[in-house]
Amino acid sequence: MSGLVVHNISPIASLQDMGRAGYLKQGLSRGGAADRQALAEGAALLGQSPGIAALEMAGTGGEFEATGDLRIALTGAPMVAMLDGVVLAWNASHALVKGQRLILGAAKSGVYGYLHFGGGIDAPEFLGSRSAHLLAGIGRRVQTGDHLTCGPDQGEATGLGLKVSDRFHGGPVRVVPSVQTNLFAPDVLERFQVTKFTRGPRANRMGVEMLSGGGGFTADGQLDILSEVIVPGDIQMTGDGLPFVLLPECQTTGGYPRIATVIPCDLGLVAQAPAGAAITFEFVTLDQALAAQARYGATLKGLKNACQPLIRDVANMGDLLSYQLISGAISAHDDKEDGNG
Amino acid sequence: MAEPAPHFPVIRNIGLDGMLVTFASHLSEASNRAALAFHAQLQHLLQDGIAETSTSLASAFVRFDPLCLSHAALNARLSELLHSRDWFEAEMPAGRKFWRIPCLYGTDLAPQLAEAADAAGLSETQAIERLGGSRVRVLAIGFAPGQPYLGPLAAEWNLPRLKALQQVPAGALVQAISQFVLFTGPAPTGWRHVGQTAFSCFRQGGTPPIPLTPGDEVVFEPVSRVDFLKIRGSTTDGSGGAIATEIDTEIDTETDTEIIP
Repeated sequence: MSGLVVHNISPIASLQDMGRAGYLKQGLSRGGAADRQALAEGAALLGQSPGIAALEMAGTGGEFEATGDLRIALTGAPMVAMLDGVVLAWNASHALVKGQRLILGAAKSGVYGYLHFGGGIDAPEFLGSRSAHLLAGIGRRVQTGDHLTCGPDQGEATGLGLKVSDRFHGGPVRVVPSVQTNLFAPDVLERFQVTKFTRGPRANRMGVEMLSGGGGFTADGQLDILSEVIVPGDIQMTGDGLPFVLLPECQTTGGYPRIATVIPCDLGLVAQAPAGAAITFEFVTLDQALAAQARYGATLKGLKNACQPLIRDVANMGDLLSYQLISGAISAHDDKEDGNG
Repeated sequence: MAEPAPHFPVIRNIGLDGMLVTFASHLSEASNRAALAFHAQLQHLLQDGIAETSTSLASAFVRFDPLCLSHAALNARLSELLHSRDWFEAEMPAGRKFWRIPCLYGTDLAPQLAEAADAAGLSETQAIERLGGSRVRVLAIGFAPGQPYLGPLAAEWNLPRLKALQQVPAGALVQAISQFVLFTGPAPTGWRHVGQTAFSCFRQGGTPPIPLTPGDEVVFEPVSRVDFLKIRGSTTDGSGGAIATEIDTEIDTETDTEIIP
């Protein structure tokens, strides 16, 4: 099987798909890609199912060598991508031939970059998912020397690009009240909403620390709250009132109070906020949140149709003669690829 | 934004795509039993738009797709089930187990026993006797795969969590707010590390991978440091020397104490 051998890799890289649902009652959170939209974008670019596994790389990419011909797509936090010394477009799909070397550099903005394979990355499933869940000890980080193998690829199209929403610099984040919001005094809630937070240095797939110049955000009876169900997006206050936004690999229950919950469609923006990025939280009504979520769902559904042939800049093409300039790189039959994987 | 404290039981939104049915603001044997019994009946409600369900100490949780099943419709369905009977009078689910798990209290391997004993107003010996003699229920599983919250312990163990987090290893038995947690893997915690076991709560190769179920009962039986090291060195299946027997629901009597808030 074709694929990539890993010559060098981000210290925090793992296979991720949409995670495993249904094990919450046994204490296992869904996990899965930190930026679900990036997963869906890669799937759209390759004409396959959004549930397919990709390589998630935090902060920086890696160096890879093709062990056979394959299709790839690059999404999420934009990184400098080079194929045998030639710059590759981000948010795009590309063809690799055996022996070619792919180098993905540091993220220019955002945190999590994604490398997708046509046919997905093949790996054993555990409880219905290929996602590594590092907190739970499921799977492991991808390491130098690993061989990443393609699943069966039924698609052909490459050279497609997507214009994506910029979610890689922080920004305003919409939240809804949580069951513990009313434990926070009105002035604390008010201060929470007007505070300009910056994403702190402590961040991983479980959660992201939010820093501010002012004091902590504490609730009444903070240390004696009954442990309760946690959902991804919950903004949890630790003992000293420091907010953490919880991400897909968060714990399933916890006793620290949650001041609010980030709505699902804005969670990718929090995960992708690089250290130092500014973040603010704005309470929205249930109807506003549902409308935003519906628009997000429509965007994901429309991704496949939004893919456009890349416009190549000839000035950047050092090996112009090696490109196939005549035969179309885009399949005329890509509709038949629906539901691959 | 601040609202008056809710009257229990109560149905509330949690996040945009979750709903929580909570039976009490404080843990008691009865509120936990009500949540477990209500959750068992929820399984019959599963339908389009409902993604998954779980329980916490005194709540049942539903994750759903609010664009497919409206908040109002789910709330109405949960409300109907909630008011169909007195859930505080419900019986525990069938098929539960009683576990005896060897545990080393104190020493360098569980360094906060002395501190917990002090806070509870007991000597270390008394603390080991009382903790080691408590038959506790798996009240909920959460935080990490297979990781149980156990209790309720007697009121003397109603100790607050610590503000500072510290790292504990897998198999650590930690204590706060009249409960134990038995850690699945190494993790930071604000609970006091009072005991150490060789019991694995999540065994990826095991059948089943998660041995404990909410409703099971457990005694953490005190063993010496020498015996603990022997158990840890000789068991490779994650059992940590634990013995499980089926609970006969016919003759089982509830001995757990209620917690006075």
